[in-house]
Amino acid sequence: MITIQGKGVSTGISMGPLYFYRRAAAEVRFYTVEDTEAEWQRFKAAQAAAIEQLGELAEKAREEAGDDAAFLFETHQMMAEDMDYEESIEGIIKEEKLNAEIAVSRTSDQFAEMFATMDDSYMQARAADVKDVSGRIISILCGVVQGGIASDVPVLLAADDLAPSETIQLDKSKILGFVTSYGSGSSHTAILARTMGIPAIVGMGDSLKMEYEGRQVIVDGSTGVVVIDPDEETRERMLAKHEEQLAFQRMLETLKGQENVTKDGRSIRVYCNIGSPEDVHAVQLNDGGGIGLFRSEFLYLNAKTYPTEDEQFEAYKAVLAGMEGKEVIIRTCDIGADKQIDYFELPKEENPAMGMRALRIALSRPDFFRTQLRALYRASAYGKLGIMFPMVTSVWEVRETKKLIESVKAELTQEGIPFSDHVEIGIMIETPAAAVMSDRLAKEVDFFSCGTNDLTQYTLACDRQNNDLGRFYDPHHPAVLRLIKMVVENAHKNGIWVGICGELGADLEMTETFLAIGVDELSVTPRAVLPLRNAIRSCDLSEKADRLLAALESDETKHLS
Amino acid sequence: MIEFVYTIKDPVGIHARPAGLLSKEGKKYKSAITVEKDGTAVNVLKLMALMKLGVKCGETVTVRVEGEDEAVAGPAMEEFFKANL
Repeated sequence: MITIQGKGVSTGISMGPLYFYRRAAAEVRFYTVEDTEAEWQRFKAAQAAAIEQLGELAEKAREEAGDDAAFLFETHQMMAEDMDYEESIEGIIKEEKLNAEIAVSRTSDQFAEMFATMDDSYMQARAADVKDVSGRIISILCGVVQGGIASDVPVLLAADDLAPSETIQLDKSKILGFVTSYGSGSSHTAILARTMGIPAIVGMGDSLKMEYEGRQVIVDGSTGVVVIDPDEETRERMLAKHEEQLAFQRMLETLKGQENVTKDGRSIRVYCNIGSPEDVHAVQLNDGGGIGLFRSEFLYLNAKTYPTEDEQFEAYKAVLAGMEGKEVIIRTCDIGADKQIDYFELPKEENPAMGMRALRIALSRPDFFRTQLRALYRASAYGKLGIMFPMVTSVWEVRETKKLIESVKAELTQEGIPFSDHVEIGIMIETPAAAVMSDRLAKEVDFFSCGTNDLTQYTLACDRQNNDLGRFYDPHHPAVLRLIKMVVENAHKNGIWVGICGELGADLEMTETFLAIGVDELSVTPRAVLPLRNAIRSCDLSEKADRLLAALESDETKHLS
Repeated sequence: MIEFVYTIKDPVGIHARPAGLLSKEGKKYKSAITVEKDGTAVNVLKLMALMKLGVKCGETVTVRVEGEDEAVAGPAMEEFFKANL
């Protein structure tokens, strides 16, 4: 039995014989040509044939996987006849008097290199598309037939990586899963595997050896583990896990549209944390009740200079519109500490986690802050918006922020720009100071959201970036939980609600405790929504609540449940 | 010549799919249609050059339409950007 490790990019467990993808490698010969016009025509003929093949593949993809998949091949068609691409090939054939295969191969390398050096991982992956298109033209020039799977039984398909045209031509009924040496979570193999609902493990590197061909293999797409020649015990264990996963997944699916309510009738809102407008899809897919934390930093991190009011407005509006009237809480720019941006030109700090960050920067640079506030209020007309401010320690900070908001609203009114009158204003509770002052802060705002990652770091004086702190960094430390309980009590006394948007919110060991404390909302990563809903619906606190609360008063909280 | 400035709203920017759509759209007109970002202008018919511009969500581009059918193509391109990008 041999166990090798890769990166799981599509979950599931499959077992079968390992089969290496056969690629009919075209041998590119190098020679000079006399009649360059004839060679150019030979290229044009091969290009036309490639475009025709791609058209057929597009139709096949449309039938199998819909318009999106088809469009990929239509894009390939356009690449094959791209003017710059053609021009480069024509130049090599006509000026350097080289054969068409070499001309295509060199041009392909040059264009692939161009994409590979772009700073965007999506565009980098497009290098594979250029090579794929070029490979097709070269194969036609050389008269080579494309590869496939010559096996009668379904297999686990191994390859260095697979090009989109290769994946679409595969006989899907023959594939149990993918194992590749290269590739990433956004490569075509990974996307196809996720669409097909079968496991894929990429980035195996040299550990994936040809000599494993034909041997029995089990792969686990959630852990990235590949076991060659598994023994009886391993096989049974992994197949049992597979059954369990399937059953759990089916059960989670049935929870869509259900309430987040315990057996004894306590309910809690389950919202999502997102980092960009693209994540809205995942929120809807996982049935999130709203967005409890939309980090606005992406606008600043992806830019070379301060994003304009219009740019921000469009991004916020897109999320509000995408959520179709469900609540969206946007956190104002949380820059500083571990998130540094060049154009902010922040002075270097000895201890940035305790320095100029988040609301502190915003209040020190009111112009930059006003731009964001204006964009947020303009967007408020398009959905149910809440705004929250990060890194609050004092009541005056909140009052000053509210004054700014009032002046922004007055400005918009004067300009005749519509905005909502029902925007909820909240603050993050992530410093012990804010927790201790929560009785006063509650009189200033509509809600609190506990950012447990920072609250833990500041309360325990444990740097969250420092992995060596081990047992000293205890996210379940009673000091943190007692602060949260205090915050909830102070909030409820003043008629406002409290959410938790840190990692602790999705920690299923803590769900009962949060319910007992009376937390109103948990905001978690989209894929944690249904597992959390399941945990909530399995709780019965009728006899347990007092015990859970009493446990917060003990020396340690390790034995909570 | 007709010119307009547009801020990209598509969350993924002008990546392969929208670039392909844009190239397709551009073919419908006789006018030369270019997209400019940070001083680099690219003809929309040149798909790979368009992708290479790497225009992201929130970035602003200048679109220029010049040619005999620009009076039709200009507004049509503006509509196209609003609907697709």
